[in-house]
Amino acid sequence: MKTMEEIKAAIEAAAPGAGVEIVPNPSPSGQHSLRIAPSHAVAVATFLRDDAELALDFLSNVTGVDWLDKEVTEKVKVTSTVTKTVDDVEQDVEETVEETRKRVQPGCLEVVYHLFSSALKHGPVILRMKTMNRTDQVELPSLTPIWRSAEFQEREVFDLYGVVFKGHPDLRRLLMWDEFKDHPMRRDYVDPDDYEYEPTPHDAVLTRANAHKAAEEAKAREGTGAGL
Amino acid sequence: MAVDEGLKIELGKQGVFVTTIEELYNWGRRNSVWPMQFGLACCAIEMIATTMARYDLARFGAEVFRPSPRQADLMIISGTVTKKMAPQVVRLYNQMAEPRYVIAMGACAISGGPFKQGYNVLKGIDRYIPVDVHIPGCPPRPEALIQAFMTLQKKIDEQPLTGAGRPRHLDAEAQGEFPVPEQGAHDLEPTSNKGVWTVPVVIR
Repeated sequence: MKTMEEIKAAIEAAAPGAGVEIVPNPSPSGQHSLRIAPSHAVAVATFLRDDAELALDFLSNVTGVDWLDKEVTEKVKVTSTVTKTVDDVEQDVEETVEETRKRVQPGCLEVVYHLFSSALKHGPVILRMKTMNRTDQVELPSLTPIWRSAEFQEREVFDLYGVVFKGHPDLRRLLMWDEFKDHPMRRDYVDPDDYEYEPTPHDAVLTRANAHKAAEEAKAREGTGAGL
Repeated sequence: MAVDEGLKIELGKQGVFVTTIEELYNWGRRNSVWPMQFGLACCAIEMIATTMARYDLARFGAEVFRPSPRQADLMIISGTVTKKMAPQVVRLYNQMAEPRYVIAMGACAISGGPFKQGYNVLKGIDRYIPVDVHIPGCPPRPEALIQAFMTLQKKIDEQPLTGAGRPRHLDAEAQGEFPVPEQGAHDLEPTSNKGVWTVPVVIR
């Protein structure tokens, strides 16, 4: 199979402006992946499937990743002009100071596709796409028209992560019921408070069980207070 | 009003069979418990193994698994009850005719098992319907299911036909239908049926 760099070059030749970026994998497996721009995803996917040398005709897996907002601390060199007295003469001197700055790297949702070729027996080629953010701009193009096997898996990613796939033929929840409001695989998901009976609590369960008990007791106290 | 055992044997030798209505009635009931053909997860494989030649549940009069709840007497909750499946399980139970019994088979069915702290698994089916026999295990071996079945038979055998503790089909006051939980925005509503399940007291 072609190397990642060759595939990247081939994609860029076939679909100009696809914004292909190699995401390195530092582990011994060295399975690097390609991040593509969602706007060109359908063109890139069609090329990968139909290209004679790649012929990636089999999509084995679609998964989601939830990236939370991340606070990044970085050191920045700031150059400023300072008036100083040097040799009894006042003059402007350029001074470079290293400052520690904190910025928030916005979170996003990411979808990962694993592609194989059953005709040429190679793979995987890993495609990634990112949404703009985690809240309102969570739309990505669906690759179900290219690979039918993406249908249920994209529904699962929609169900559990809340990524909305544009062009999906039947985007409904797959595992949870239709009335369900949350996306349980998101990292800020809070599971329902049904910790009233925990015979052997420990760790996080103990914390939740104690919180539930405290809330129940507070409610009971409030109830008797209102009665009086 | 049991018949004296010695007298019974003596009369039996003379070709006279003596019994009570209660004994005869319960003997018939306990030896023809038809389970519902209904499996939820991996415990169902053990349930199937129990009915096959090696363990042969037919020896206990339970060989006919009925695919319709109308013809079934016993519901074996064999496996994980997810919150998506729970309303259907309660609805199937409601559709069964009295007398009906429930065996909760395996860790998931009795408490949620390894998925207890998940967001999607019910923490025991006994929150919504009355369970007669609980069997722990993950999954329980066929012997354990046979043990549960024999426990249920013993329970049926000991039920008096009148007074307190009589079977529900002879009790006009007994609750026949159990509320089917609604699938809400975050969890099942209600999280348990009142009167069926109360928070157990933990003694430490």
